[in-house]
Amino acid sequence: MIINNLKTKITILCYLPLLWLTVDILLSNLGSNPIQALHIRLGDWALRFLCITLAITPLQTITSWRGMANYRRMFGLFTFAYATLHVLVYLSVDHFFVWQVIAIDIIESPYIWFGVIAYLIIFALALTTSKRSQKYMGKYWKKLHRLIYFAAGAVIIHYFWQLKGNLLEPLFYALIITLLLVFRLLVIIKSRQLARLMIPRGRLVETNNSIE
Amino acid sequence: MIIKTKKNISGNEITDPQVFRDRRKLIKALLALTTAGSGIGSVFAASDYAEPGRLAHNGLANNLVLTPKGLIQNYTNYYEFSFNKQDATKLAQKLPIDPWSVEISGEVEKGGVFNLEDILSGQTLQEYIYRFRCVEAWSMVIPWMGFPLGGLLKRAQPLSTAKFVKFTSVYLPEIMPNQKNDAMLDWPYVEGLRIDEAMHPLTLLAVGVYGDTLPKQNGAPLRLVVPWKYGFKSIKAIVKIELLKRAPITSWSGFAPKDYGFYANVNPSVPHSRWSQYSERVLGSGFFTPRRETELFNGYGEQVAGLYKHMDLHHFF
Repeated sequence: MIINNLKTKITILCYLPLLWLTVDILLSNLGSNPIQALHIRLGDWALRFLCITLAITPLQTITSWRGMANYRRMFGLFTFAYATLHVLVYLSVDHFFVWQVIAIDIIESPYIWFGVIAYLIIFALALTTSKRSQKYMGKYWKKLHRLIYFAAGAVIIHYFWQLKGNLLEPLFYALIITLLLVFRLLVIIKSRQLARLMIPRGRLVETNNSIE
Repeated sequence: MIIKTKKNISGNEITDPQVFRDRRKLIKALLALTTAGSGIGSVFAASDYAEPGRLAHNGLANNLVLTPKGLIQNYTNYYEFSFNKQDATKLAQKLPIDPWSVEISGEVEKGGVFNLEDILSGQTLQEYIYRFRCVEAWSMVIPWMGFPLGGLLKRAQPLSTAKFVKFTSVYLPEIMPNQKNDAMLDWPYVEGLRIDEAMHPLTLLAVGVYGDTLPKQNGAPLRLVVPWKYGFKSIKAIVKIELLKRAPITSWSGFAPKDYGFYANVNPSVPHSRWSQYSERVLGSGFFTPRRETELFNGYGEQVAGLYKHMDLHHFF
C-alpha cells in the first residue's frame, strides 16, 4: 500500500514538467522563439527521464533493493512519452506537416539523424515493454533493451551537434550517462572475475558470462 | 528586397554644437528627423512601430512583416557576453558606448581614429528594412537605421591595393565574460568582406533600429549589416575597420572552417555540416506555422548575385 502510494506520487511528479510547460504556453512564457523553446524543453525532459531510467539498475545494485523494476518501466515509458511529444512538436507545431521541408531538414541535418535513431530505439523498447512481450521474447528481450545505451549515446550526439557554442549542458548529461555506463561495465567485469574464481582448477568448464 | 523610407536627412544639416557633444542625442536627433519626417507624411512615425505584424508598405514591399521590437531586442547572439541569448542581453547593458571611436586604417589614403560623431557627420541616415537570416535557421525582418558602408570607405580613399575589409569588435575582457575566460572563439571578434561586397549599396553600418538608437545587445553603437549573408557576418560594436590586401581570417571561419565560410552567403542548397539551411523559422510567427523556405542570398539575389558570377557557391560558401 505504501509502495503504491509512492508510485502514484512519483507518477504525478512525472507529469509536472508537462503541466509546467502547458502553463508557460498559456502565459506566453516561452521567450522570443517559443516554438524552439517548447521543442527543446520536451527534448530536455526526455533526456532527463532517460537518465533516471538508466540510473535505476545501478541504484538497485547499490541498495540491493529489488522492488525497482516497476519504476524502471515507468520512467522508461515517460521517456518515451516526452520523446514522442518532442517529435510531434517538431512535425506539427514547427513544420505544420510540410513533408517536403521536413524531409530535406532531416536528410541535411546529421544531428537529427541521431535523434531519429534514438527515437526509433526508444519506440521499440516502449512497444515491447509489457511483461507478456518480455516472456514471449525470452533472452532477446534483454538484448533489445540493452540498446537503451545506444539510444542514450545517440541522444547525446543529437544534443551536441545542434549547438554552436555552449556545450556545458550536453557535457553534463554526457558525464552522467558515461558514469552510469561505467558503473554497469564495472559490475559486469566484477561478476566475470567472480565467475572465473569459481572455476575449479585443472578443469575446463563452459562458463556462462551473461551474468550482469 | 530593399525598402527605404523616402525621408532622409544628412547629418551635416545638424550643426548645433550642443547636439554634437552628445552622440546619443545626435543620433536621436537624426533618427527623429528621419522617422518623424520633415513635412512629408510620416508613414514610418515612431509610434507605428509599436504594432507588430505591420506590413512594410512601399512599392517594393513583399511579405516583409516587421518583427516585433521586443523579439529583436531579446533574441540576439552576443557570445562575448554569453552563449545564452537571454543572459547576453542582460549582460550587454554593461557595455560602455559613450564616447566611441573607430579606427580606419590599412590600405587607405586618409586613415585615422574618428569619433563616432565624425563618422556620422558626413552620412545620410535612412531606414532600411531587411530580412535578417541567422545561421541557426531563424530569421527576422528588421527596420535598421543606418547608412551605406561604401560612403564611409570612400571618404577614407581606399588605395587600389585594398581588396578586403576587416572589421574588429570591441575588446573589453573586464566587461565581456567570455573574452575574459578566453571561451571558444579568438577574441576580439573579427569579420571581413571583399571590397566589392563592402562597397555594395545594400551593405550598411547601422546605428539604430525601430527609429531609435541600437540597443546595446543589438550591437550599439555601430554595427555592420549585410542582408544577404548569415547574421554572424554582421559584426557588432565595431572599433576598427581595416582595408587589406588579403582576406582576413574571420572569427567563425577560423574557429570551424568546415562549418562557416568566409563568404557565408545565405544559401539553402549549402547545408551547415550539422544542420540544414533549407528552411528558417520566422520569429514572431505562431505555433503551427510552417517554416519559410530560405532564399538564395536571402532574397537579395537580384542585387548581389552579380558579385559572385563566376564562383562556385558550394566551394566558396
